[in-house]
Amino acid sequence: MSARLFRPLFMGLVGLVMAMPLLILAGVSLNAKKRLFFPPDGISLRWYGELFSDTGWLNAVKNSLMIAGLSGLVALSVALPLAWFLWRYNVRYARVLFGLGVSPFILPPVITALGFLSFWATVGMYGQFTAVVISHGIFFVTLPLVTISLGLESIEAEVVEAAETLGARGTTMFRTIVLPLVRPYIISGYAFAFVLSLNEYIVAYMVAGFTVETLPIKIFNSLRYGYTPVMAVVAVLFVLLAMLVFGLLARFGDLPRLLGAWTPEDR
Amino acid sequence: MRRGRPESLTGWLSVSWPTLMLCVFFVVPFTIMAAISFFHRVEGGFYEPGFELANYARFFTFFFGRILGFSLFVSGLAAVVCITLGFPFTYMLTRLRRRRQVVWLVFLLSVLSLSEVIIGFSWSMLLSRTAGVSNLFVALGLMDKPVSWSPGFAALMLGLCYLAFPYTVLMLYPPMSRLDPQLPEAARTLGASPLRTFFTVIVPAQRGAIVATLIMVFVFTLGAYLLPQLLGRPQHWTLSVMITDQAILQSNLPFAAAMAIFLMLVSLALVGLTYVIGGERDRS
Repeated sequence: MSARLFRPLFMGLVGLVMAMPLLILAGVSLNAKKRLFFPPDGISLRWYGELFSDTGWLNAVKNSLMIAGLSGLVALSVALPLAWFLWRYNVRYARVLFGLGVSPFILPPVITALGFLSFWATVGMYGQFTAVVISHGIFFVTLPLVTISLGLESIEAEVVEAAETLGARGTTMFRTIVLPLVRPYIISGYAFAFVLSLNEYIVAYMVAGFTVETLPIKIFNSLRYGYTPVMAVVAVLFVLLAMLVFGLLARFGDLPRLLGAWTPEDR
Repeated sequence: MRRGRPESLTGWLSVSWPTLMLCVFFVVPFTIMAAISFFHRVEGGFYEPGFELANYARFFTFFFGRILGFSLFVSGLAAVVCITLGFPFTYMLTRLRRRRQVVWLVFLLSVLSLSEVIIGFSWSMLLSRTAGVSNLFVALGLMDKPVSWSPGFAALMLGLCYLAFPYTVLMLYPPMSRLDPQLPEAARTLGASPLRTFFTVIVPAQRGAIVATLIMVFVFTLGAYLLPQLLGRPQHWTLSVMITDQAILQSNLPFAAAMAIFLMLVSLALVGLTYVIGGERDRS
């Protein structure tokens, strides 16, 4: 009996602590006054209104969305052919490339960020928008690489053999069989890269922290030099966006499987 | 499906773009960084090509040793706390019905995508005297008057655990979901209590996953950069903060690069260890 009680209690408590920062963000964003005190002074939507009249914040939102959108495409362009090659052929070289592709995610991000800083400073592109897009594209290549590889693994051998019997080779096979089957995994890889890029700080800061202001950078600057509740507003909106994206993935895809779980049928 | 080598040029062509991108934008940057770590720093300005070990020699100072020791200590402690809470949590999560699991996963992913800035800000609010949870405890009669818990070591620890907890659960989730449900059932049939089943069956069966996750979470928290600044005091600044500080604010790229190379070697050694453990697990 105690065990049956313990599980919801423990999970509920963890969930509550996990949710607390989100609740306080919502509180700050809806608070009528500039500083939040306990108990709150009243509810207002004025900070939400302020976001849409402040060009600085809107610009940061635009930068973040554009970087996330474009860098996700860069990541896909690297991940898709690599994952396909790795799945199609038995070549040691491809496994080395795969290792390279997942390492930005394994190492502490500061290291990769400093590598990018050294590189862009050397080639004279430090501080440029393009540099951030490419850096994020490489930094997040791991996500589509892993999801697309999972998708390819799930293609049944019989399907491929049937296509080969009917004469499909190389690009035809890729276009007519592989691509339609892994499309959900491509979309989810892109979605993961997109959301994480929106919220990434250290790489963006090291590559172009003083010229291209992304949202996390803007929030940090606002914390240090001129606090405004608008930062909580954008944080809330970005959390809602993340929930929406992951919620859609769960609605239209197999989220547990995307995260590496086995479905009961696999057992 | 994996077999053979590409029989035509188009096969190789498909992999040329990923090769190009990863080499130019990943291998080359690391090579440049490694080279810079040996360069000579020009006081007050940039750096000039050269070969010296001065940047690495600075590791052997008390100042650096203290920061390194502290970084390893906080990351280690955070990793242990995360596993201690995350392991039973993940076990319970995988026992839930699929629909509920998916809701939890969406929530965990959303928290995982939170930027360190936002985590740091919201916890410093929650731990503040003016608007924090201590006010709630006062209202409930648990405390006499509201207090401030941030910045400080405990606040930093809490922030790091919050940052790493979703990561821990998502790392443990795949091996745990593959655990044969008949295993704990058998133990229960044989009369073991749920607690006993957990510690004598589940934990030993997942030993390898626990160690691997512990190391990955350790490396993950080593990279925390903003939390020590937002939730800790200057004596709580970690190696990641130092690297960025040296690179951006002190414009001492050679020293920053040397520290980054050092941190990379430590991380790679640790990650390599997880592969060794994983390999042994597969063989046994």
